[in-house]
Amino acid sequence: MTESKIRVLIAKPGLDGHDRGAKVIARALRDAGMEVIYTGLRQTPEMIAEAALQEDVNVVGLSILSGAHNVLVPAVIEKLRANGLHDVTVFVGGIIPEEDALALKAKGVHAVYGPGTNTQVVVEEIRQAVSHQTA
Amino acid sequence: MPQIDPNAIRQGDRLALSRALTAAENGTPASRDIQAALFPHTGKAHLIGITGAPGTGKSTLVNQLVKSFRKADNLPAPKVAVIAVDPTSPFTGGALLGDRIRMHDLAGDKDVFIRSMASRGALGGLAHSTAAFATILDGAGFDLVLIETVGAGQAEVDIARLAHTVIVVEAPGLGDDIQAIKAGILEIADILVVNKSDQPGAENTARALQAMLELSGSNTGSLFTAGKHRTQAQAPASLSPVNDEPAWKVPVLQVTATDGKGVLELREQIETHRKYLLESGMWQVKENQRLKQDLDSLISDLLIERWRLRQDKVAYHDALKNVIERKWTPYEAAESLL
Repeated sequence: MTESKIRVLIAKPGLDGHDRGAKVIARALRDAGMEVIYTGLRQTPEMIAEAALQEDVNVVGLSILSGAHNVLVPAVIEKLRANGLHDVTVFVGGIIPEEDALALKAKGVHAVYGPGTNTQVVVEEIRQAVSHQTA
Repeated sequence: MPQIDPNAIRQGDRLALSRALTAAENGTPASRDIQAALFPHTGKAHLIGITGAPGTGKSTLVNQLVKSFRKADNLPAPKVAVIAVDPTSPFTGGALLGDRIRMHDLAGDKDVFIRSMASRGALGGLAHSTAAFATILDGAGFDLVLIETVGAGQAEVDIARLAHTVIVVEAPGLGDDIQAIKAGILEIADILVVNKSDQPGAENTARALQAMLELSGSNTGSLFTAGKHRTQAQAPASLSPVNDEPAWKVPVLQVTATDGKGVLELREQIETHRKYLLESGMWQVKENQRLKQDLDSLISDLLIERWRLRQDKVAYHDALKNVIERKWTPYEAAESLL
């Protein structure tokens, strides 16, 4: 009668106000048949983890252009785990230097997407990751 | 999928609650057991519908309203849940749910739970499982459940069957007084709100709505009885309003949701309406009507589902082919399959 859909939270932690990238990704995921919850600008890690809990999402996408990713991303992951969301796939978009991207992946980020990423690649990788989740 | 414990939901486990909502939305077998366990505890929450055209400020109003309820001077402050429905794309099946953006003031309050919901093809302004969400949140112990519909035009009136109190939100500049006397969404209002009342034309909009209410008869809630309870002639006694029901007079309130002006008055009207429903016996009438509606729609869902399971696929395709070739009418084809 009904079917499950991939639910994605797109959030912008921190203080930068540039949300075009977040909106492009949100739109691409919507067009790929996913349910995308967009939280808007200037979210704290607590707010993002709380929204992810209430919305029971499979995926959290973080858009960061401020350079504060090394602080914000691990904080979000820690709060997600504290809320019991162990299976949620986290990806990051923005201007992230290569060595930082590697460090973030080591801390549990599934993928890091820079400028110019084909949105179809993002869609496919999210589908792949969700199909491996247990919950 | 791990087991969801209904007792954990009753004790305030938010993750269990969230997972239960997902199960209900996806129609999993486990969700029936969860709802069965919670059902005896339901019937307590005040279900408040917020509807109106896209862009009239429903989400912003919900943000302010919940804030107002939570710092309510009448302690203890109620536990509040919000269900925010946004449309699913008919082409891709995807949805962008953006109501949370306006509800940022509510973050960090552990006694507020917000859940976004895609309409998933339902056309009445709600999703198929919105009623199930309301039941689960009621059973989880929320005192108030605010249900924000899809941005609704004129005919998306399912909320009137689900909610105890329906707030219809209008904004200045959306139409003249003829729009105000058309059938549909305005008829279902228990409270009419003219939002964005700081904008030019708000006064006129409020006056047009007031005039519309007066046109509908005695100005004492005939709209309520004429519109919402039209079907009661053939309903059994338990579904009819009690005699000498004091009529509800639909108030028209001017509100500016961005700065909170008029929100306190709106909250007070909601509380007044709840008292009116309880004292007049209408609360029970509405509950009974809603449960009847739930039962009826579930019967038709299950009949269709069971029929499909039994249905011979070849016969179905043959019948469809005959319709496409204009040999049978759709009615003849349906009869041949049933």
